[in-house]
Amino acid sequence: MRLKYLWILLISLVILSPIGLLAQGTAWGEWSVEELEEKGLGFVPQGLQQLSALWEAPFADYQFPGLSESFGYVISGLFGVSLVVGSAWVVGLWLSRKEASEKKKGC
Amino acid sequence: MHIPDGYLSPQTAVTMYAAAAPFWYLAARKAKVVLTARTVPLLSIFAAFAFAIQMFNIPLPGGTTGHAIGATLMAVVLGPWLAIIGMSITLVIQALIFGDGGITAIGANVFNIAVVPAFVGYFTFRLISGSSSTDSRRWVIGGAVGSYLSINAGALLTAFELGLQPLLFHQVDGTPLYAPYGLAQAIPVMMLGHLTVAGFVEALVTGMVIAYLQRANQQLLALHHKRQEA
Repeated sequence: MRLKYLWILLISLVILSPIGLLAQGTAWGEWSVEELEEKGLGFVPQGLQQLSALWEAPFADYQFPGLSESFGYVISGLFGVSLVVGSAWVVGLWLSRKEASEKKKGC
Repeated sequence: MHIPDGYLSPQTAVTMYAAAAPFWYLAARKAKVVLTARTVPLLSIFAAFAFAIQMFNIPLPGGTTGHAIGATLMAVVLGPWLAIIGMSITLVIQALIFGDGGITAIGANVFNIAVVPAFVGYFTFRLISGSSSTDSRRWVIGGAVGSYLSINAGALLTAFELGLQPLLFHQVDGTPLYAPYGLAQAIPVMMLGHLTVAGFVEALVTGMVIAYLQRANQQLLALHHKRQEA
């Protein structure tokens, strides 16, 4: 099954991804603690303040330390795509494993 | 639409994990039957597609941003159960590695962005495409309409989960503990953006990819469908 063109399309999408950085503003309901403070709410909800620090993602906001915003975004995109492809492949192969007896039956 | 950590109370977060879990279980069982060495690469590439599509932030009316999700597209090619698996993998990596969506919110985000959109999109697609052949325009329309409905269903659920927080989880004086905006704000603003721009982009992307596959690789497009008929 010729998937080559899908891969090309995928990589092209990632290279074009900085277009996704042009949009100003944040997604509703996805504000960071700092962004919430700026919103004029007057306070940051306590539970939110505590839980928001739960996890420190290595490449938060798709940025790479030391790289410009756009370049970092593309690299994150390529990195993320590789991770997704790799993980999905591993998970897929693991989920699809069949017993020897099943293999003989099916095919 | 990716809910971060802190916006959902622990109770809500656990409830949403409990809502998503049965679908993971059923999807894994389904995968055991239908996934083969041939379809694993497809799962990978479409999951990656969803990841890439979601990097394109779009300005929405109201001043916020949104993005397409790609769940329906995955469901059309792979069926809803594999779409749930693929999308879940994408969501977990987004949360863990890029901080896009919280860890406690994975259950909710999977339910809102993978489970519900996959089924809404898939069933709508099947309804519209019916018994028409793979190269029929009804496949494109079905995918477009299905994906439009799917992203809006997801947005509505997200708005609902966020909007309920101040109502249910607050300090004695009423101060919200988690997501601070109630249903009266969450639902209109989320739906405005997704019913207009984001839904349209989702429909456009889904329709265009299906149309492309109709010309470039019909065999791939029909894969799940053939399996259903077999």
